[in-house]
Amino acid sequence: MKHYISHAYTPACKRGLTAAVAIAAALSSSIAAADTTVSVLRVEISDVEKQYYDDIVAEYESQHPDVTVEFEYIANEAYKTRLPTLLQSSQRPDIFYSWGGEGLRDQVEAGFVRDLTEAMQDGWQDIYPESAVRAFTLDERVYGAPLYATVVGFWANTALTEQAGVDIEAIDTWEELEQAVIALRENGITPAVVGGQDGWPLHFYWGYLVTRLAGGEGIEAAKQGENGGFEGEPFVRAGELLQSFVELDPFQSGFMATSYERASGMFGDGEAALHLMGDWDYIPSKERSMSGEGVPDEDLEFIRFPRVEGGAGNDDSFGGMNGFAVTRDASDEAVDFLRFLLNEENQREAARLGIFVPVAEGSEAELTTPYARKVAEILNASNFHQVFLDQALGTSVGATVNDISGDLAQDAITPEEAAAQVEEAWMFR
Amino acid sequence: MSTLTRPDVQRRSNADRLRQWLASGKFTAVLILLPPALILFSLFVILPLADAVYYSGFSWNGYGAPTDFVGTQNYERLLDHSVFHTALGNTAKLILVSLIIQMPLALGLALMVYRKTPTNTLFRLVFFLPYILAEVAAGLIWSFVFDGDYGITAMMFQSLGQESVYVLADRQWAFPAIMTVIVWKYFGFHMMIYIAALQSVPKDLIEAAKLEGAKPRQVALFVQVPLIKHAIVVSGFFAIIGSLQIFDIIIPLTNGGPSNSTHTIVTYLYTFGLSRLNIGFGSAAAVVLFVLAIGIAMFYQRATKQGERT
Repeated sequence: MKHYISHAYTPACKRGLTAAVAIAAALSSSIAAADTTVSVLRVEISDVEKQYYDDIVAEYESQHPDVTVEFEYIANEAYKTRLPTLLQSSQRPDIFYSWGGEGLRDQVEAGFVRDLTEAMQDGWQDIYPESAVRAFTLDERVYGAPLYATVVGFWANTALTEQAGVDIEAIDTWEELEQAVIALRENGITPAVVGGQDGWPLHFYWGYLVTRLAGGEGIEAAKQGENGGFEGEPFVRAGELLQSFVELDPFQSGFMATSYERASGMFGDGEAALHLMGDWDYIPSKERSMSGEGVPDEDLEFIRFPRVEGGAGNDDSFGGMNGFAVTRDASDEAVDFLRFLLNEENQREAARLGIFVPVAEGSEAELTTPYARKVAEILNASNFHQVFLDQALGTSVGATVNDISGDLAQDAITPEEAAAQVEEAWMFR
Repeated sequence: MSTLTRPDVQRRSNADRLRQWLASGKFTAVLILLPPALILFSLFVILPLADAVYYSGFSWNGYGAPTDFVGTQNYERLLDHSVFHTALGNTAKLILVSLIIQMPLALGLALMVYRKTPTNTLFRLVFFLPYILAEVAAGLIWSFVFDGDYGITAMMFQSLGQESVYVLADRQWAFPAIMTVIVWKYFGFHMMIYIAALQSVPKDLIEAAKLEGAKPRQVALFVQVPLIKHAIVVSGFFAIIGSLQIFDIIIPLTNGGPSNSTHTIVTYLYTFGLSRLNIGFGSAAAVVLFVLAIGIAMFYQRATKQGERT
């Protein structure tokens, strides 16, 4: 760990101080800025994306010779557990990666996050859709800025679905999906892969069903304890739907011992027709396949999660909203750099490079793959973008959601017990 | 002598003794020699422990100072939690397997290879290898062995024309699989303890027994084993304490899954306390683990000491 001194005085300045206090006072403020370092902490990413940040940093530094920006990367799980300690230490970063939601709330309530409301009102937040800013808004105050959105949907291998006579693009409702699963099984094709060992891939099923049934507003209401909280009807119903889905034997054998990475590779190898996963899995699935090519693009489709009859959230979407927050004592330069990092031009560049689906309005025009455009389409049509429940509800409740999703998929608990466990975790969070 | 003077005499003699002790230089020795150990012990054992006890009274996510005092709520939730019960049960199973399967296995092998010959050295090395391996590496290796698609177990099932079994995804078989790995991993350690002890058993006693007509099995049972009892007691102690602390083998094998059915107390503490940022709750689990470890250690020592006396 490096220790950053953000406002260091140079020896020259020190001499100035002893010579003439008045001049030095004026000098020091300009020289102080000369050594500003902005440190950014981000979850480990691909080399392409790192290069993207390096280019942005180089450009920013050439425009602001007095500022140095340093990126540091930590692997996903380690990032989550180390962040609380880091934020409380003197080595806290100026800017850190955030998923918004209750995790951000914990950090805000402990007083570690800088309020960006005023800074963002000055035209900054206008480049993003409202739903993106909302993910970082707590009690009407904005504590972060969005970088990109992800959407969960079914990756489909049409070579396999056609073999079973399933028109995958026509699937609109949950019942139709179930019919497709039955047809695939009858034709000896594994309908879907899922990385059950990791928990969160299975939570996509329960979480998306909950989003469909309760809607984003229903989930907010449950957080407030309304309509029976998380033991309310839509949450139990989601469990019932998941269990009757699992009865159709939709997953590969031993799915509870499969990790996400493995499942992603299995889909790339054409071992199953469907994979409920985030849009980010496009490249990884190819890289993890045996051939390194994955499912060829002409056989690959990204399908919107089907509607559920009577659901309140059939127009909502489910996925991630990822961005950055600024720590309390960070310099103004840090805020300025963040604004630069997330500006429209850089967002468009990310779209051109196909690294992620940026949130800035209009940037989707630059997207190169049909899948990314589909994601942008889903996001634009979305009434409410529900952030992953295992992140939106905070670390502890989120982990419980992952647990009960696995338990439901193995028929180890009833839908009522599952809902009760989530409610209990929410009460004790 | 009157009852009134007795305490007076005693007090004076105590005071005298104290003065004598202070003057003897023993006190200076204590004053100089005790602090290093005492400070280190308090700093790294007593303080963290006191901290854990303190935190366990709070609902705290690790941010800022704990403020939300909840009394014994963390302990109540812990004792109510079904996964904690499973974790306790699993830890008990580990202790039993260590004592009933692992130690006799280690003893048997030790009796076979304790003599110093080149082949025995080779066998000793082979048996000891699993123990040298890092826990995480061992866990990963076995997770490949148990893999239902490409693993050795899968190949065995497939060659028998059976559908392959996903051992680590099966709620019933995942923990027995873990216990197998743990026995495999640690029997070598216990074997080494026994070998060292067996080599110090006087040869004339064994020869005497043989002259009396004792068969090898009887020699082992009535001469060697009783003579290395102290080593067996020590290895039993290690087995119990080790079982209470099993963590790094389980994480790569199952990570506590499927459905939290393979947690031990430590992985439970880690999963539900640390990685879910319920530091208060995790501290409560840590305190329970500590009390259990101390309790079992004291009980074990007392039980084995009594055995020695009779």
